[in-house]
Amino acid sequence: MNSLIFTHTFRFIILALLQVLVLSHINFLGYINPYLYIIFILLYPLKNNRIVFILLSFLLGLTIDMFLDSGGVHAAASVTIAFIRPVVLKFTFGAVYDHQTMKFSNVEFGSKLTYIVILTLIHHFILFSLEIFNFYKIILILQNTLFSSIFTIILCVLTTIIFSRRN
Amino acid sequence: MQQIINFIIRNKSFLLYLLLFSIAFVFTIQSHSYHKSKFINSANFLSGGIYNSVNNVSEYIHLRTQNELLQEENNHLKSILYNQKDTINKTFTDTTYSGVSYNFTPAIVIKNSYSLNNNILLLNKGKRDSIQQDFGVVSPKGLVGIVDNTSKKYATVISVLNTSSRISAQLKKSNHFGSLVWNGKSPYLVQLTEIPKIAPLTAGDTIITSGRSSIFPKNIPIGTIDSFNLDASENYYIINVRLFNDMTSLEHVYIIENKDANEINALINNINE
Repeated sequence: MNSLIFTHTFRFIILALLQVLVLSHINFLGYINPYLYIIFILLYPLKNNRIVFILLSFLLGLTIDMFLDSGGVHAAASVTIAFIRPVVLKFTFGAVYDHQTMKFSNVEFGSKLTYIVILTLIHHFILFSLEIFNFYKIILILQNTLFSSIFTIILCVLTTIIFSRRN
Repeated sequence: MQQIINFIIRNKSFLLYLLLFSIAFVFTIQSHSYHKSKFINSANFLSGGIYNSVNNVSEYIHLRTQNELLQEENNHLKSILYNQKDTINKTFTDTTYSGVSYNFTPAIVIKNSYSLNNNILLLNKGKRDSIQQDFGVVSPKGLVGIVDNTSKKYATVISVLNTSSRISAQLKKSNHFGSLVWNGKSPYLVQLTEIPKIAPLTAGDTIITSGRSSIFPKNIPIGTIDSFNLDASENYYIINVRLFNDMTSLEHVYIIENKDANEINALINNINE
């Protein structure tokens, strides 16, 4: 249990620092940045205290916001995907999730990809809607959501592949 | 009563979600309105300290170009100094009034951003260097932004590349003035609005600050006219201004304090009342 807390604290800090110091300054083609930190929320253990999980996601988002001076957009997006995660899990993994036997390291790649794609798209859509905050710029919001999501999804999948081999 | 408590316990995660989402939403709204982002900003000891130590390392990468920029500016200042005619005023000066109304403080940009809609910079000078809200920030080449929040050692700056920034600017050749805003598209172009239709414009004209606000002195260069067209009411021009500054690479900047700002603002508030 203690090693689990340690691992996640470590992951929280590393992901937050990586996001604010490196990934948010990529500006690929001028404005496209990946938001890899959501992998913390995606891969959080399935057996969890829901309240703690939602609070942690909020805290992670708020930390990112503090560094990037973006108000509360990351906090709002993160807390939303943390809240709807069980629904998406049930939708993508179905029976495996219901039996409480599931682990992220031994599910098939297809449904894992669907899970990452759905949550990333929702997160990025909320993020850019709140950041741009102008309904007339819906095209810009969708465009940003799409391009950044592609970037984020590729990085998330790569990260899960690289770090799952060790176990 | 029992039912209410049961309801709260049953939906506790949903209620927590609603609470946290509304907190985040309030922060977001505040960040979109000018000078309101008080709680969550990077001018604190944690994020400021981390950005500062990272910048200490990364500034070496840009050392060469920054040196060239500063040398260019020195060159410009020297050429003014040595070409100056002998205009030193030898008459008696009143020592209680020095005549200096602008104070300059050099600072270094430790966090830059230009790809968002509301871009905010972080400087390594703060309250202990007597930096306050509403001081202007310029670089050797031109306008950068306005100081927003300050902590003991750091200050955040609302960049000109921020959709909520409005700075008074004018044409150099005539005195027609308007507000400088940004539409969030290109980090090289800002928009000058409210220039009356009667103003003579040609592409390539220089835009400078107007000195009408109490923040910037007059004659700080901003950029040149890239293109212009009339707005919907066909009475005013919307001008695309190409910035002199490369906002994507900023390092050395100056913070301008207008010593008369309080006096000017008090006077204006008096009129408004």
